[in-house]
Amino acid sequence: MSDMASLIEPIIPALRRHARGLVRDRSTADDLVQDCLELAIARWHQRRVDGNPRAWVFAIFHNLFRTRLRRMARRPLHVAIEDTDEAALAVDAPQDQQVHYREVLDALARLPEEHRSVLLLVTVEDLSYAETAKVLDVPIGTVMSRLSRARDSLAKEMSGEARPDAAHPQLRRVK
Amino acid sequence: MTTRPITEDDLHGFVDQRLEPKRVAEVQAYVAEHPEIAARINGYVRQRDVLRAALAPVAEEPLPSQLDLVRMTAIQRRPRGVPWWASAAAAVALILVGGAGGWSLKSMSQRPTEGVASLAREAADSYAVYAPDHIRPIELRASDRAELVAWVSQRLGRPVAVPDLSASGYRFMGGRLVATAHGPAVLYMYDDDHGTRLVMLARPMATEKNAAMSPLTQGAVNGFAWADRGIGYSLVGSPPAEAVHPIADEARRQIAHDA
Repeated sequence: MSDMASLIEPIIPALRRHARGLVRDRSTADDLVQDCLELAIARWHQRRVDGNPRAWVFAIFHNLFRTRLRRMARRPLHVAIEDTDEAALAVDAPQDQQVHYREVLDALARLPEEHRSVLLLVTVEDLSYAETAKVLDVPIGTVMSRLSRARDSLAKEMSGEARPDAAHPQLRRVK
Repeated sequence: MTTRPITEDDLHGFVDQRLEPKRVAEVQAYVAEHPEIAARINGYVRQRDVLRAALAPVAEEPLPSQLDLVRMTAIQRRPRGVPWWASAAAAVALILVGGAGGWSLKSMSQRPTEGVASLAREAADSYAVYAPDHIRPIELRASDRAELVAWVSQRLGRPVAVPDLSASGYRFMGGRLVATAHGPAVLYMYDDDHGTRLVMLARPMATEKNAAMSPLTQGAVNGFAWADRGIGYSLVGSPPAEAVHPIADEARRQIAHDA
């Protein structure tokens, strides 16, 4: 038990950060993290003892996240990913920085889920490419191509090059 | 000395600092001669820095109490699927069975031996053995579904489809063969986001080849059993019967539809 706590506890802040990067809304993100931790506790005996607990927990998280997305797509009960309460976004920084941070997170939210996940796992969570592949259960080549596309689309979104389209009516420049 | 051509992957590895020092030097030399690539790479690095800075405060926030692991493990000292008192009850039952000797045989003989009632008992027994198992609850995982279905079809002489219960929040984990007094049966296991497990047992039926759904409660296990064109099915789990019923209905609907 204490072994489990000492391995899982240090991961929780990063897991929350990751969840928030993916779903924005604080309570939706924390609920997802809570469900992930409950599963991790229940499945603790199933993990490989020599494995990396961080990648293991993130893999559980991503499985859950994908199931939720599918369920939300079928019957959107909860907050849609991009339609979140701005106040829930906790960004503790000077005003102009905050605007910039909000812009990058807005732009990130417009990327497809697969691209967002890879970009956050690699750049923010510092997972290796191999770990990222394992967490998302895809080949490493897929991680590399998603990473490349994610970076290019985020750069386009940020520079305002992306054309507004019907699917994203909220796409607007705030300047 | 010739260097390997620089790839896109190298550029990303450079941004993410995942390259060997030698390769870093090679990418640097390449970038120095290609200003447009340098601009792209700088853009990626800025992106990375901004993303990290934007999300960093989240990891600094105090953890909400719902995510306090000490609290969570206190609540969930045992896997949710089987409450502690169910295990305790099972232990007591075993002692009683052992102690009662011949009496246990007498009571065993009163169990239903035919039809879906018998199948439902077998499902509850299998649930009690495999659902609390955290080491090897199933033989073949969901990812080996094709192999599992082929194995089952061969041993049961008929294919048994895997119902998709994801609409009820249960994911297919995998399955195994189990022994019953009526020959081999297949066990499919599912779990939800909380680790609660459900089991569906299916085998060919000698009697009651078609039977309406009937309920069963055995200890802490609730379930339903029915038969459809010669195969009997029983879906059981620890949630209350009202919760298991719609899931069993859904499984029956899919099986009837599939065949």
